[in-house]
Amino acid sequence: MAQFATNTTLPRYLRDEQDKIEKIARAHGLDFFPVIFEMLSYDQMNEIAAYGGFPNRYPHWRYGMEYERLSKSYEYGLSKIYEMVINNNPSYAYLLEGNSLTDQKLVMCHVFGHVDFFKNNFTFRTTDLDAGEHIADPIRRADGYEPNRRWVDKMANHGSAVRRIVDRYGIAKVEEFIDVCLSLENLIDPWSRFVVRRRDSQPDEEPREVEVPRLRSKDYMEEFINPSEYIQEQKRKIEAERDRDKGKFPAQREQDVLLFLLENAPLERWERAILSIIRDEGYYFVPQMQTKIMNEGWASYWHSKMMTQDVCDWSEIVDYAENNAGVMATSGGRLNPYKLGVELYRNIEERWNKGQFGQEWEDCDDLDVKKNWDLRLGLGKQKVFEVRALYNDVTFIDEFLTPEFAMENKMFTFNWSNRNERFEIDTREFQAVKEKLLAQLTNFGNPFIFVEDANYENRGELLLQHDHRGVDLRSDYARETMSSLVRIWKRPVSLATQLEGKRALLRFDGKEHGVRHDAP
Amino acid sequence: MSLKIDQDHSRFRNIVRGKIRQNLRRYISQGEMLGRKGKDLVSIPIPQIDIPRFTFGDKQKGGVGQGKGDAGDPVDGGEEEGEDGAGKAGKDAGDHVLEVDITLDELADILGEELQLPDIENKGKSRIIAAKDRYTGIRRVGPESLRHFKRTYKEALRRSIATGSYDPANPVIVPQKEDKRFRSWKEDHEPVANAVIIYMMDVSGSMGDEQKEIVRIESFWIDTWLRRQYQGLESRYIIHDAVAREVDRETFFRTRESGGTMISSAYRLCASLIDEHYPATEWNIYPFHFSDGDNWSMDDTLTCIELMKKEILPKVNMFAYGQVESPYGSGQFVKDLREHFNTDERVVTSEIRDRDAVVGSIKDFLGKGK
Repeated sequence: MAQFATNTTLPRYLRDEQDKIEKIARAHGLDFFPVIFEMLSYDQMNEIAAYGGFPNRYPHWRYGMEYERLSKSYEYGLSKIYEMVINNNPSYAYLLEGNSLTDQKLVMCHVFGHVDFFKNNFTFRTTDLDAGEHIADPIRRADGYEPNRRWVDKMANHGSAVRRIVDRYGIAKVEEFIDVCLSLENLIDPWSRFVVRRRDSQPDEEPREVEVPRLRSKDYMEEFINPSEYIQEQKRKIEAERDRDKGKFPAQREQDVLLFLLENAPLERWERAILSIIRDEGYYFVPQMQTKIMNEGWASYWHSKMMTQDVCDWSEIVDYAENNAGVMATSGGRLNPYKLGVELYRNIEERWNKGQFGQEWEDCDDLDVKKNWDLRLGLGKQKVFEVRALYNDVTFIDEFLTPEFAMENKMFTFNWSNRNERFEIDTREFQAVKEKLLAQLTNFGNPFIFVEDANYENRGELLLQHDHRGVDLRSDYARETMSSLVRIWKRPVSLATQLEGKRALLRFDGKEHGVRHDAP
Repeated sequence: MSLKIDQDHSRFRNIVRGKIRQNLRRYISQGEMLGRKGKDLVSIPIPQIDIPRFTFGDKQKGGVGQGKGDAGDPVDGGEEEGEDGAGKAGKDAGDHVLEVDITLDELADILGEELQLPDIENKGKSRIIAAKDRYTGIRRVGPESLRHFKRTYKEALRRSIATGSYDPANPVIVPQKEDKRFRSWKEDHEPVANAVIIYMMDVSGSMGDEQKEIVRIESFWIDTWLRRQYQGLESRYIIHDAVAREVDRETFFRTRESGGTMISSAYRLCASLIDEHYPATEWNIYPFHFSDGDNWSMDDTLTCIELMKKEILPKVNMFAYGQVESPYGSGQFVKDLREHFNTDERVVTSEIRDRDAVVGSIKDFLGKGK
């Protein structure tokens, strides 16, 4: 643990506030890990924020870059970080020294919302260090669920492991390799912990006799309905296919490219250690990227509820409202995840309170009836708690974004206009808005890339497959990333993708980049 | 206080400056972060290095936004990062809108390091201090013209909520006397400019575009360095052929005249500028003269030398003459100067053959720390 964490204690008056707010949060039904608040000066805040919330990380220039950005935007009065909380058990949250008491209270309320989300949303189960390789049922938890999420320690351990390597091989060499790993950081499989991807096949087992499916027929019609030449031909086809796949490695394509490289690439021991650290940390941040809208929305939902109902007195309410308005502002046509999230939760709460769901509601065409629809079910609170546990951003938007909501919140899609060289509003049509939003959130905005063949063309080359879903890869970055792959695989690497509607095979052999358009 | 991050930060700075990891330099991206300084928008340079990944091409991507507008309307702001309120830290996906480049100060530092330029010794002249009012605070009394609308409104709103007179259905707020808040000021003392550069350039027919470009590059760097050294810096621009006149910066670099060359005309104007505006006791004065060295006559050259000895040199920190090589010029002037001021440390001459020679010439000029 960093020094400041043990040295600084929260001032008495803030401790009292914390106790008060904690009680209120519990009374509302929030269920969170213990929360430890620390008070930081702005440069400590910027430092920790640059490290992604952790007091100790491995050395790397990009933290310095982030630090410079944060400090400059603070110094020029552009923005400051009010709060920060890490998904850890116990959770650490940081308060900025010099903020007004109202602000500190707001941050505390917000933090309890986040920590409740960390503890209860299913995607965060992957950050339980004691969860095992596969999480068969992410919903079920033992009574008194107290998972091991000591990521602060784990990150610090990563830090000292990398420092040891640096002492031995020099910072330049190690940092260069970290850059290589970071350029592959997003090639992981976010759902791998919930799904069994690799089936254990028994390689020694004799393959079963090929059985060609036949159409049902009476005996005397058999020759006509299932002619034997056809059956033979099908049999040969299936066998040929099986033979082709027999020597294939990996047997099934692999989305966790990093894991595949860890297991199969010719790396030195220290390189393997670093790659493995990058991969672990990459997975740690996955749930936060999968639930950005939900997580911020939930925390904002609770800070506004608790602040206005329980915490603020009359002298504070104006300051709170002003601050809250700043956080929720949407400007320049940008979607604010805080705002979108909180409005969706409120919308869900209202709909379930009034019974605006189910078959009857869906089938109703009368706008007037719909507007005044109120069955007084009072299921809203129960529903939002359920939603925060069982959904991620994709399913959240997919299920709860309604045409009415999109219209009320003035949502639109925009596209790049080549003619005017600017982004322009495309349409406000609901289907289009929803599709675009979902497409952006899917795989948290990363392309789907798989290891297809590790012995491509029988030359030990690596073949990756990009599942093209309408948007091309950025080609200059793709080329650079290919060099990173070659650095690790040590043999030429190819990537099958599409460019401008045509299939293309990018290849890098360590010296030259090539593109072939007649790809497989 | 020293922070752990300082090491990471200095490594990052070194990458930006190109000292280490040259292979990363090409990922340094351009962009802008806009800040507000008083009423002006200022661009704050923050370099950003992108680690390349498999990612989507930008322009095909588009997205979803929120707000007013019809199909076909531009989406403004597009890229700016959330600027208000509780920015959540951490590993948020989301485009970073960072930016490039280095500030002029940093540029000057790099220049200084590269050329090993010494810091300039101030001539020890008295600094002129100007008083300036700054509106920094708030108080309860003051003239109506300084009333702070937002603060006053907030106070009134607060009071009406607390007294229960606030009606959400009809949210009218009437400020009372004790709600009013006014801006208050304090006096700030600022040193004003105490150094001046007087650029003189020969724009006679023999100075071509390439020669002027060289002068432009060189004067930019000199400007940058001296600005780093002096809190305030003024620049004056003089062009001359057979006659001299003072012009603004824009004209200085654009003008092309034909005609002959009388360098003395420029020196005379320079001397009178100094006499009228820049008393030598209070100012650090830097005349820089650029020419192709082809003066009208030996007589005029002698006038120049006379002017320098009597009028200019006693008042200035140093006098710099840069001779740009041109296909037409004889390049005689620099030889004459060297002959006459061989031992005078205040006169610095430099010959600039082409663009590559600019760096060496800057070092000639600024390397003495005057």
